[in-house]
Amino acid sequence: MGTLKPALPELTARTRPAAAAAAKAGRGRPRRARWHLAAWVALLPMLLTVVFAYLGTMLWTARVSLSNSRTFPSSDFAGLTQYVRLFHNDRWLVSLQHIVLYGACFIVACLVIGMLLAIFIDQRVAGEGVLRTVFLYPYAMSFVATGLVWQWILNPELGAQALLHRIGFTHARIDWIVDQDSVVYTIVIATVWQASGLVMALLLAGLRGIDDELWKAARLDGIPRWRVYVSIVIPMLGPSISTAFVLLFVMVVKLYDAVVAMTQGGPGTASEVPAKFIMDYLFGRANIGLASAASVVMLMTVLAILAPFFYARSRNAVRKDV
Amino acid sequence: MSTLGASSPEQSAQPVQATLMSPRRGGAPRRRTRFSPARAGVYGFLLIAALFFLLPLYVMLVTSVKPMAEIRLGNLLAWPTQVTLRPWVDAWQAACTGLDCNGIRVGFWNSVRIVVPSTVLSIAVGAVNGYALSFWRPRGAGLLFGVLLLGAFIPYQVMIYPMVRVLASVHLFSSLPGIVAIHAIFGMPVMTLLFRNYYAGIPVELFKAARIDGGGFWRIFLQLMLPMSLPIIVVATIMQVTNIWNDYLLGLVFAGTQNLPMTVQLNNIINTTTGERLYNVNMAATILTSLVPLAVYFVSGRWFVRGIAQGAVKG
Repeated sequence: MGTLKPALPELTARTRPAAAAAAKAGRGRPRRARWHLAAWVALLPMLLTVVFAYLGTMLWTARVSLSNSRTFPSSDFAGLTQYVRLFHNDRWLVSLQHIVLYGACFIVACLVIGMLLAIFIDQRVAGEGVLRTVFLYPYAMSFVATGLVWQWILNPELGAQALLHRIGFTHARIDWIVDQDSVVYTIVIATVWQASGLVMALLLAGLRGIDDELWKAARLDGIPRWRVYVSIVIPMLGPSISTAFVLLFVMVVKLYDAVVAMTQGGPGTASEVPAKFIMDYLFGRANIGLASAASVVMLMTVLAILAPFFYARSRNAVRKDV
Repeated sequence: MSTLGASSPEQSAQPVQATLMSPRRGGAPRRRTRFSPARAGVYGFLLIAALFFLLPLYVMLVTSVKPMAEIRLGNLLAWPTQVTLRPWVDAWQAACTGLDCNGIRVGFWNSVRIVVPSTVLSIAVGAVNGYALSFWRPRGAGLLFGVLLLGAFIPYQVMIYPMVRVLASVHLFSSLPGIVAIHAIFGMPVMTLLFRNYYAGIPVELFKAARIDGGGFWRIFLQLMLPMSLPIIVVATIMQVTNIWNDYLLGLVFAGTQNLPMTVQLNNIINTTTGERLYNVNMAATILTSLVPLAVYFVSGRWFVRGIAQGAVKG
């Protein structure tokens, strides 16, 4: 441990135990204290952000969700009225159904496609760099652009459906984007196209971290390659998969831009989602109390689903340290 | 894990050959494979997947250079018989948002004005935070950092409305400084994490030597750490430019009508315009909006992936 030069004379002047105690505590010396002050001054923006932007806004929103606020926040106390109202609101309930359906399809599709792409690229194929670039480029595009491109491709009059009709499949139907029952799946297609490259990149990095010895051992034992993947490699990729899951889950909760660009929540309310519900009630319909209640529900859901992941991860980290 | 005794002689010969023939690290099978049905399957799958991923890009490009008459034929994938750059010119300088027909260039320059200061500010804050957290470790800062990281998972919707009111109270709502501050605040968790992890890899002895030589907080940061941070600054720049350019929600709420970013304007042009839909102009505008992040991606390549990998290790 590097002792501070200016402190040395002071140390020798003191009795040993006192000096040791002072050095151990590391405080009480003006110089050191000033340095800490500088560090805290530097961290002031972070402190302000955490206290006001994160914790403060959360508490404010939680408080407003317990009031009768409409256009402007009011300070009355209405108990859980807004929550009761929220869960009697058809549009909210429909939004919840959509996001659960969307989330399940999106996460499973991204993980499966991303995993397949990563495994197939890992077979020492030619042109690996090109393939990786191709699979990941949609991730560089915004959800808005993604939504607009797929809106055009799925356009029932001039898009893929028209093309199929032209080449003879006159009964083919790709009018999902204007169909109440399947519009959610069109958003799944667009966003899976955008995000599965991310999963591929994460899992490929994980695959590259697997020891060659494993493959040699498996070959010696004559285990088929697919079996090695299913029984050994994929379980070993657990941490990468859970990272990918967390990222995808956050995307699901935040789903807003793609819906706005692609369907505006329609046809009717067939592709409404919670994030859009909250935005509409905050700014369009001026019902802040209800929107706040909805965002608190959203926050609780996120915490409830992510908490076990972080708990498991921190436990693993501790176990590794020991 | 392996039971060596159980393997036959032919099989045990393979790994030796394989190790000799593996020029690069990683990758599952080690030996050079000759053509086989399985191999064809691998390439077939990858080829089809690549076509699926490239399809929207192709459709965008082809549509954007067709005249409307050709688009109305309903042949999405056809190569244009008559290539025209007119839609691109229109998209750039004449596309209408409501009554305002100045093209997507308005949003482009707004986005530039937002992205540049936001990126610089968020990286500066992230670097200082990471440096203070890694080397100075003031009491209580670890806890603060933990809360900050959790903040990365709070849905924006929880924070947006109170933020609007706070910014309005200091007259920064609907202004350029306002949206820049918002991007710095929401980018802080990932930026801080990125720099903290990077500085954690720098030997602490270096820092201690600088302290013994009498360096103060800012001097060590500016003269020692910052020059060593170039690789992570590049990664952070790539991340922030891409993220902020692609942002829609924050720009929509906080930027104000005078500073709407390109993504918001693009959506307005395509989704709120009445009258005939000019699909070629729309697609040209969509490509123009995606051009900056795509250029960043194609130029930076592995650095982009590195950013994903490092930003992803949250928690």
